[in-house]
Amino acid sequence: MAKGDPGVTTRGRRATPRTRKRASGDPELVQLLTPEGERIESVTGPDGIEYRADFTDEEYRGLYRDLVLVRKLDAEATALQRQGELGIWASLLGQEAAQVGSGRALRTQDMAFPTYREHGVLYCRGIDPIMPLGLFRGVDQGGWDPNEFKFNMYTIVIGAQTLHATGYAMGIAMDGKTGTDEGEAVIAYFGDGATSQGDVNEAFVWAGVFNAPMVFFCQNNQYAISEPLERQTRIPLYQRAAGFGFPGIRVDGNDVLATYAVTRTALDNARYGQGPSLIEAYTYRMGAHTTSDDPTRYRIASEVEAWQAKDPIARMKAFLTNQQLADADFFAEVDEQARRESVHLRERVLAMPNPEPDTLFDHVYPNGSPLLDQQREQFSRYLESFEGSAH
Amino acid sequence: MATETLTLGKALNTGLRRALESDPKVVIMGEDVGKLGGVFRITDGLQKDFGDQRVIDTPLAESGIIGTAVGLAIRGYRPVCEIQFDGFVYPAYDQIVSQVAKMHYRSRGKLRIPMVIRIPFGGGIGAVEHHSESPEAYFAHTAGLKVVSCANPQDAYVMIQQAIASDDPIVFLEPKRRYWEKGAVDLDAPLADAYPLHAARVARPGTDATVLAYGPMVRTCLDAATAAAEDGRELEVIDLRTLSPLDLGAVYESVKRTGRAVVVHEAPSNVGLGAEIAARITEECFYSLESPVLRVTGFDTPYPAARVEEEYLPDLDRVLDAVDRTFGW
Repeated sequence: MAKGDPGVTTRGRRATPRTRKRASGDPELVQLLTPEGERIESVTGPDGIEYRADFTDEEYRGLYRDLVLVRKLDAEATALQRQGELGIWASLLGQEAAQVGSGRALRTQDMAFPTYREHGVLYCRGIDPIMPLGLFRGVDQGGWDPNEFKFNMYTIVIGAQTLHATGYAMGIAMDGKTGTDEGEAVIAYFGDGATSQGDVNEAFVWAGVFNAPMVFFCQNNQYAISEPLERQTRIPLYQRAAGFGFPGIRVDGNDVLATYAVTRTALDNARYGQGPSLIEAYTYRMGAHTTSDDPTRYRIASEVEAWQAKDPIARMKAFLTNQQLADADFFAEVDEQARRESVHLRERVLAMPNPEPDTLFDHVYPNGSPLLDQQREQFSRYLESFEGSAH
Repeated sequence: MATETLTLGKALNTGLRRALESDPKVVIMGEDVGKLGGVFRITDGLQKDFGDQRVIDTPLAESGIIGTAVGLAIRGYRPVCEIQFDGFVYPAYDQIVSQVAKMHYRSRGKLRIPMVIRIPFGGGIGAVEHHSESPEAYFAHTAGLKVVSCANPQDAYVMIQQAIASDDPIVFLEPKRRYWEKGAVDLDAPLADAYPLHAARVARPGTDATVLAYGPMVRTCLDAATAAAEDGRELEVIDLRTLSPLDLGAVYESVKRTGRAVVVHEAPSNVGLGAEIAARITEECFYSLESPVLRVTGFDTPYPAARVEEEYLPDLDRVLDAVDRTFGW
């Protein structure tokens, strides 16, 4: 897959010969591709907006490729952790569509503020997928340049990044960079658990009051480690937005097309100066919270199986197959690319050097500190005292 | 040379004005900093002259102030955040300690957070609870933050501008009970030629014992030195000015001459700055010391009710008592 925007806004040949207007399922849920792979041409959301996503055949295949690659690289990272090569890994399994759909909806000038699980969005931003593995291997704390890729540092303290995103969006407005097609917007990622955090609620207040050009993108994967959604909220999460004075919408987070359409609309509203909105991407964490977790202690197998039937990749594959947009050769080629890239990823992770000991003193302060200079020098002399010894 | 007599509060106000004038990326944000000019009037008149995009009245949530300021800093702004009172900084503690302090380190220098967090701190104004605290040790203990405190109008005027111009995140502690004390301020001296921000300074030379203080306690120690001189004892008073990193070169030089050191702060003694300073003086000046380094501090209690705060706060007599004890060792 090429880096950058696959250009899905260009209107090419439509590949939706058999469509219908309206999903038969949950009226609160925007869906453009059913779990069975049936394409819905357009949906009018409860917000009155008509959501549609018109892609060329190539773009449909591109989204499928993204989903498969992102899942495969994630699985490789999980395997590397199991073999002791990563300290821990936070898998995105099951959330590929929510991340690829929203990640591809970003324009080049838009800024993303992730949690620690947005490996799929990171991939869509054109960042080398090895970067988060450096973080979880413990050789660095996130190696990419947030300003170069418009994708901020991973944030592990739950919800803290939503305030950073809001401040950044306020800066966009202060810079006068809204109101046109070239306007900038911000997307803040967080989960269902984070909606209980003070910082997230403060971010909602700030964004509303300052009309910040941003999208709050909540991946509701149903669990905050072991705690189910019911422990975080009495109402559907997207309805929280109303209390803060901006729109909220729930989208099928396992539907890459609907996620794309809803996110693109919300981002464009923001960039044109219409302020913030909240998207609840309704999805499911198929794996553990992290590799240190055991989900069999808090959820039952039948629930996982029910969500397995809503798999984001399977439905896209069914759609491509049914519409004759892709054949067996295509699927085999994508699988082969994914295999190749994951092998390459593994090789590079194993070759990652440990940082030199005294680099731990680097970058504490832009202007340095005499105290640190002194400690670095003392530590260096201490290390030198071992030179020539057997240890 | 335009030297004016200003209160410490007005000196800060003038310094902030200069910073807003000299860099369009500087923004002031906080609760009531706009029309009201802040509860202590430190930002008085600034919103009127620079507009509500430069001097921003924020919603009432401290974590939100610091967290959104992080985003503004990433966007290229230089936020100056006002925390209304010391005791209200704790809701922002996570953002300060986990985000502001670590962003440059985690990103290997790719992100800078040139933020100043202004906190009126310390007691002595007869305030209700949570309005008189000294939280400096929490921040000085945190790698990635720098912490400074001004003690007189001249330093207030210069140091606030230096802090804003610095790319380091800086907690700027303002001695609120000294806001109304007056002093001469040179308004024209170029900032580039000013005394460095992260440097201690001898506030009063002396020969018999070294007294170390910062912020509101500098005045107390100077008064103690005046009283001691009447009894024939010359105290050297050093205004530490920078609490993280500490600048102790002048302190070591002084203690090696006097052989005696007393550290004074309002904050409680237990695991406080005085402990760190005493440990480092002991390491550097061990063979010059005539007595242990002593501390004069607030007690290890929550800040007490206002009618007993004069008992809690170090005063002239407690400072002199400690100096006497260094001579009786």
